[in-house]
Amino acid sequence: MAKYLLLKHYRGAPAPVNDAPMSEWTPDEISAHVRYMNDFAARLEKTGEFVDSQALAPEGTFVRFDGEGRPPVTDGPFAETKDLIAGWMVIDVDSYERAVELAGELSAAPGAGGEPIHEWLELRPFYGTPSTITE
Amino acid sequence: MHEAQLRSLTPSVLGVLVRRGADFAAAEDAVQDALVEAVRVWPADPPRDPKGWLVTVAWRRFLDATRSDAARRRREDVVEEEPGQGPVPAVDDTLQLYFLCAHPSLTPASAVALTLRAVGGLTTRQIAQAYLVPEATMAQRISRAKRTVSGVRLDQPGDVATVLRVLYLVFNEGYSGDVDLAAEAIRLTRQLAASVDHPEVAGLLALMLLHHSRRATRTTPEGGLVPLAEQDRDRWDTRAIAEGVEILRAALARDRLGEFQAQAAIAALHADAPTTEETDWPQVVEWYDELARLTDSPVVRLNRAVAVGEADGPRAGLAALAAVDDSLPRHTAVAAHLHERDGDLATAARLYAEAAHKAPNLAERDHLTRQAARLNAR
Repeated sequence: MAKYLLLKHYRGAPAPVNDAPMSEWTPDEISAHVRYMNDFAARLEKTGEFVDSQALAPEGTFVRFDGEGRPPVTDGPFAETKDLIAGWMVIDVDSYERAVELAGELSAAPGAGGEPIHEWLELRPFYGTPSTITE
Repeated sequence: MHEAQLRSLTPSVLGVLVRRGADFAAAEDAVQDALVEAVRVWPADPPRDPKGWLVTVAWRRFLDATRSDAARRRREDVVEEEPGQGPVPAVDDTLQLYFLCAHPSLTPASAVALTLRAVGGLTTRQIAQAYLVPEATMAQRISRAKRTVSGVRLDQPGDVATVLRVLYLVFNEGYSGDVDLAAEAIRLTRQLAASVDHPEVAGLLALMLLHHSRRATRTTPEGGLVPLAEQDRDRWDTRAIAEGVEILRAALARDRLGEFQAQAAIAALHADAPTTEETDWPQVVEWYDELARLTDSPVVRLNRAVAVGEADGPRAGLAALAAVDDSLPRHTAVAAHLHERDGDLATAARLYAEAAHKAPNLAERDHLTRQAARLNAR
């Protein structure tokens, strides 16, 4: 098994096919979208492939050390041009092909007009653990 | 009774329930309940006949679950009952359970999970922690696996090779957690070796023992990798090595060579050498040739190139490497090592950095990055 991160972007990914912002959807369309995401996670739990799913608030700030005795420097909230992560799902699957298949399904979540959003999801493998037998 | 000893009774107790007519999935749940109960009550009140006790409690749990419409198991009034006689069947239930849990219809991950639970007696929570997934996910993986094998009759003969692959996976790719999966894999392979007379089962057990003997020296306290050449050989576990070598010798004497025996033979040659330089590399190369004949795996040819580099010099190693598929994860790392041995440090440094970028795990990435840094800092 191998773990993968499905990363969803507010900004920074190529534009989806169905690109209407969520605030312009009807309430029913939003409910349908949320239901799709929940059903997807529940289905993965049943197949024994679900690990974690979290959503992030959009208010992000960069923070860095500015030297001993000085408060950290902050930069934010992020400018419009910066990449912004919306949330993630972690899956544990048998193969890369399966990970791609699931990411494709998640990208088909319905948006405006009940049509699939076709949004771009970033798929990233986790590092595994070193195997015991190497030579 | 130690927990591992208690868990070693799992397959035979489960076998009794199935033999009495319980279906596998329900019987397995009942045995789990009985194990949990045993951990709770045995310390204060150890039974005279542990297996008989478990059979009695598990059987009652099974009947309760079957009778109860809500499928809620009763948890009271079991302890004070007199243990019944656990019938000892003539056929080896343990072996049949290994076959069932490694059934070819299961994915490797499912077979691993089911084996650890139904044969190993680990709880779903322990298995979930070991593989870093939520308990609910692991519970579903196990119940799906049980459904998948529900139509398989327990008295059908199975294939030892599929069982060995599952045990190898548990040993080789065991993650961290509460449970020591490497030790658990050794326990399960030992138990299998007691139920079936097969040189490859012995070969796998020897392979595991020989690798386990180096465990304390394979990583730094911070978790960094220590390559074989730099391991403190005085700290290798000589008892595990002696046992592994003895088991391997007996297996090889039967003249039915298989890949696990060949791998164990290589591990034994390393275990036998006081230093990397004094290793019998020509014989290591010969065993890789045997292994290549048995498996035709590109990974074997890659490892063989390393051995050739030690036996016949880095140029010969690089020539052997040239014939190996260069898309293999560790191909670049091996090339870097051989170029360094050959004195071409600039190329080696570049290749180590490239290999770090392709590393399949964090520990290897850090190790390779350090190798590149070491050469660049000259």
